[in-house]
Amino acid sequence: MRKRLFATIAFTALTAMTAVSGLLSGAAQAADPIKVGAFVSATGPASFLGDPEKKVLELYADRINKAGGIDGRPVQLTVYDDGGAADKAASFTKRLIESDGVDVIVGGTTTAATMAAVPLVERAGVPFISLAGAVVIVEPVKKWVFKTPHTDRMAAEKVMEDMKKRGLTKLALLSEDSGFGKSGREQTIAVAKERGIELVADETYGAKDTDVTAQLTKIKNNAAAQAVLVFGLGQGPAVVTKNYRQLGISLPLYQSHGVASKEFIRLAGGAAEGVRLPAAGLVVAAQLPDSDPQKKVVTEFTKVYEDSFNTEVSTFAGHAYDGLMIALDAVKRAGGTDKAKLRDAIEQTKGYVGTGGTVTMSAKDHMGLTLDAFHMVEVKQGDWSLVK
Amino acid sequence: MFAELLQYMLSGLTIGAIYALAGLGFSIIYNASHVINFAQGEFIMVGGMASATLTASGVPLPLAVLIGCGGAMLVGVLVAKFAVERARNASTVTLIIITIGASIFLRGVAELIWGKDFKRLDAFSGETPIQILGASMQPQSLWVVGTAGVLIVAIGLFFAKTLTGKAILATSHNRLAAQLVGIDVKRVVLASFALSAALGAIGGAVVAPITFSYTEMGIMLGLKGFTAAVLGGLGHGPGAVAGGLIVGIAEALGAGYISSAYKDAVAFVIILAVLLFMPNGLFGKRGTERV
Repeated sequence: MRKRLFATIAFTALTAMTAVSGLLSGAAQAADPIKVGAFVSATGPASFLGDPEKKVLELYADRINKAGGIDGRPVQLTVYDDGGAADKAASFTKRLIESDGVDVIVGGTTTAATMAAVPLVERAGVPFISLAGAVVIVEPVKKWVFKTPHTDRMAAEKVMEDMKKRGLTKLALLSEDSGFGKSGREQTIAVAKERGIELVADETYGAKDTDVTAQLTKIKNNAAAQAVLVFGLGQGPAVVTKNYRQLGISLPLYQSHGVASKEFIRLAGGAAEGVRLPAAGLVVAAQLPDSDPQKKVVTEFTKVYEDSFNTEVSTFAGHAYDGLMIALDAVKRAGGTDKAKLRDAIEQTKGYVGTGGTVTMSAKDHMGLTLDAFHMVEVKQGDWSLVK
Repeated sequence: MFAELLQYMLSGLTIGAIYALAGLGFSIIYNASHVINFAQGEFIMVGGMASATLTASGVPLPLAVLIGCGGAMLVGVLVAKFAVERARNASTVTLIIITIGASIFLRGVAELIWGKDFKRLDAFSGETPIQILGASMQPQSLWVVGTAGVLIVAIGLFFAKTLTGKAILATSHNRLAAQLVGIDVKRVVLASFALSAALGAIGGAVVAPITFSYTEMGIMLGLKGFTAAVLGGLGHGPGAVAGGLIVGIAEALGAGYISSAYKDAVAFVIILAVLLFMPNGLFGKRGTERV
């Protein structure tokens, strides 16, 4: 009798323990975080791109966790600031892969930082969604590398499409002496050939130049030029724009999507009037027709961003949002964070409507945007205005 | 053809005037203390940032410039007092390293105060370009060149007419002798830092509408100012001014006629050539006669 009682107690205790430990391990599995790593240029020369990116990643990781995570798993975000330096980007990528053991990396504000990280993620086999512009990131396609922003090639195509509409065929190019500007220059030259646009001037300026009148004077005196395209980021294009008005050049002035933030209009002031550039739907959210599938996404994102940070939304913030959402969407579809499955799921992203446009990736296309993701906008009375 | 040349000259003159002011700052401090102050660019930055942020918050421009100027002078004195003076007996190289350290520190502090954004300062008298024989310039360029001119003359008078100016001159010629005749050498050093900080800050305020201001704006301006000072002969005031104008115009001509890709290289080629072939600069004599 006693023996039996003991056996019963022992058995009950054992089952209870197993059940509890089972429960515990079950709970641990459910709460196993999705580790998202990021490196952005929150400080340094590209900080006006990287800072909004960092803010958005943190904001949305937080929001998703408050809403219960992805399939019950919280998002654990690790963000590093590479200060715009490619070597730092590489060492942070290493740290993310080796010591933080992340499942997916979103980041790489600049093309240089991204390209520094590419060989590392390729070797380690970690899915990586870049936030930088140049076409070299996804062409040729790299197995583990994806990107969210429109490419410089698309910007060149969009600009030349608009030129053709206006009956202009001779373009003067002024590109920045930076990773973005150099790649933009190469793409512009290539696209011009395909589209039958003649490049009549090919000038450059330094990213920190305070005066570009010398280059612009050359362009001004070039009788053949019918339009000018500036390919650069940050304050450089604003300096160019001011000098452009100073010299009284009357040709249409195009800029790249690299200046698609209110910052540009604020810096260039009145000189920015009439400047045209290709930009994501995000900057003209309110002006998009209701039929546009992006309308809902971009107006909502704009509201959340502006309410949270009390500053104008930027397209670069949108790129980070898209990167994070594409990654998390892929986690859902892959049913977990197995890196190979996750990579395949990202590659199979179809019809994701983000701030940059509708993304449909494939084995051949790791960006998934088409030219109609770009809208031609013009600066009118200190604001963006959609060119119809 | 002529208009093109004129345009390059005008552009070069504007930017050269700023290099001249920065170069003058280097010379003043070098004279008083034999320190090459690589934080000179940060004085320019403080002036530019202070005027841009203060005017943005509603302070009238002259007052904003004045406050920026005072702030920069304070910074200059602090750098002299806590970084340079303490290492009085250190070698020249150590002193240079100290000023580089100070400049990095100041940039960091500035970033904490003002953030990383570019600040915009409205042009002092509008942005309608002025046309001159087919070339055009911003009205602000006149402000830059004019201010630089006035300051340069003022500095010249200061050294020639005032007691403090003469004390600085005396110290630069012979520190020990100056001390013996009762000149407070330490105060002379402080005064020289305050003076060149004020110069830099005013320069920063007048260029801000052209270049925008940001916490790293001092790096390049400081380097070009140093080139100007070396080209003119370190410690030679008018030499630094001439050096600044030469560097500015050479850059603009280089960008216009050769290639814009090598614009910054122009200054560095100049400095290398000067150091190799004319170590005393254009106006410096052997044994350097200063200011």
